[in-house]
Amino acid sequence: MITHLLSAADLDRDTATLLLDTARQLGAALSGREVKKLPTLRGRTVVNLFYEDSTRTRVSFEAAAKRLSADVVNFSAKGSSVSKGESLKDTAWTLQAMGADAVVIRHPASGAPHRLAQWVDGSVLNAGDGTHEHPTQALLDAYTMRERMGRVEGLRVAIVGDVLHSRVARSNVLLLNTLGAEVTLVAPPTLLPVGVESWPVKVSYDFDELLPKTDVVMMLRVQRERMGDSFFPSVREYSRRYGLDVRRAAMLPEHGLVMHPGPMVRGMEIAPEVADSPRSAIVEQVANGVLVRMAALYLLLSGEKSGEKGAAE
Amino acid sequence: MADRVRNTPEPSRELLSEADIGRVVDRIAHQILEKTRGAHNVTLLGIPTRGVPLAIRLAERIRSFEGVDVPHGALDVTLYRDDLRLRGARPLGPTSVPADGIDDRRVILVDDVLYSGRTVRAALNALYDVGRPLQVQLAVLVDRGHRELPIRADYVGKNIPTSHSEKVSVLLREIDDRDAVLLAGGEQNKQSTGGDK
Repeated sequence: MITHLLSAADLDRDTATLLLDTARQLGAALSGREVKKLPTLRGRTVVNLFYEDSTRTRVSFEAAAKRLSADVVNFSAKGSSVSKGESLKDTAWTLQAMGADAVVIRHPASGAPHRLAQWVDGSVLNAGDGTHEHPTQALLDAYTMRERMGRVEGLRVAIVGDVLHSRVARSNVLLLNTLGAEVTLVAPPTLLPVGVESWPVKVSYDFDELLPKTDVVMMLRVQRERMGDSFFPSVREYSRRYGLDVRRAAMLPEHGLVMHPGPMVRGMEIAPEVADSPRSAIVEQVANGVLVRMAALYLLLSGEKSGEKGAAE
Repeated sequence: MADRVRNTPEPSRELLSEADIGRVVDRIAHQILEKTRGAHNVTLLGIPTRGVPLAIRLAERIRSFEGVDVPHGALDVTLYRDDLRLRGARPLGPTSVPADGIDDRRVILVDDVLYSGRTVRAALNALYDVGRPLQVQLAVLVDRGHRELPIRADYVGKNIPTSHSEKVSVLLREIDDRDAVLLAGGEQNKQSTGGDK
């Protein structure tokens, strides 16, 4: 098993499948129980280090760690020494001195989790770094697809919207490719990253034409907070060409699934009627997030006694 | 709990044949009926991997002997083990608790080999997070001794005195394509260790 979870590219097919299977067994173990808590990580400390705002991911990681009985320390940049100018490295040493067994980090700079992983002994879990990666989101998306469709292999997945600024898209492309799905990116040319032709994906600019041949459509939020200049003429035009409205949702095949990593901007990339329809898995995605993160924490943290990393049977 | 894939090891001796296992399971089913006075209120929970098919077999036998339907399921104990830090993360087994739950029921835990008793300790903790059974009993196919905890089985298929260096392997048709209990290792083979530790 791997020591850190920094990128979806670190996961080979067997490891990714083990993570998804473990999440599933955890769900079965907890379902219908009075005490929704497992003693597995008792006495371990998980630090949530969040340099960027987040609701879903932070709460989800916190719930996951607590359900496994780990001690959770929440640390957000606001109201910490970071606002007094402390560097990431000094923060890392502080965490190290506190004996953090795992650090869950979200950071606006791409690559920050990789740096952190060199400075601390515990496992580092990337909870989103800049426009780079968000591996646990990709895992929960793959898990949701597998629960709804029964498989990931061979699924035709369209990832639609602001691919350029999306760490979710990047991690999903990598993981879905590893798991054997067929990914097509749909976005205005200005919102596709440089070098996209080397990604294991197809690119399309015609959403309508693609929809009937798609099993899963994953909508991305337009990340205006990361946009310096304008990437498209107007919200209305974007929404017309790349938004998932009622008309477009009807073009999906019968079994077609609608996903969104959240937070949604209703009326822009997705119509409220579509987001709340039975074919939308958006609420399940959130619930599955806790299971997938529990699986990741379990597999990364159990079996590693300080100084004896990877001493498995 | 035993390893998932069981490759038949070095020279091994067959302790129980397919027919023997059939008789032993029959006997345990009868003992359960006798001791619980007709298996009313009984729930069988198998501990993965090989306790699960054993629990199913016991439920089938009890139904064919007395026509009683005994709810059965699986209880994975991996997350409750005390050696996770020492032996690394392992894949989880399935858990399925019958719909009626286990509150106020007579739960019989079923496993293939009873050795140190640590698996059963983990199972007891897992059980009390699921609900509050009226009573908990333990049924095992093989008791090989060497307990490290004050735990004993209520129903034992066969007592097999072993040494630590020997390895007891239970093979079941549902998983291994044949039924047998094998004993391997011992004096001439010191590196092997045992089943449920």
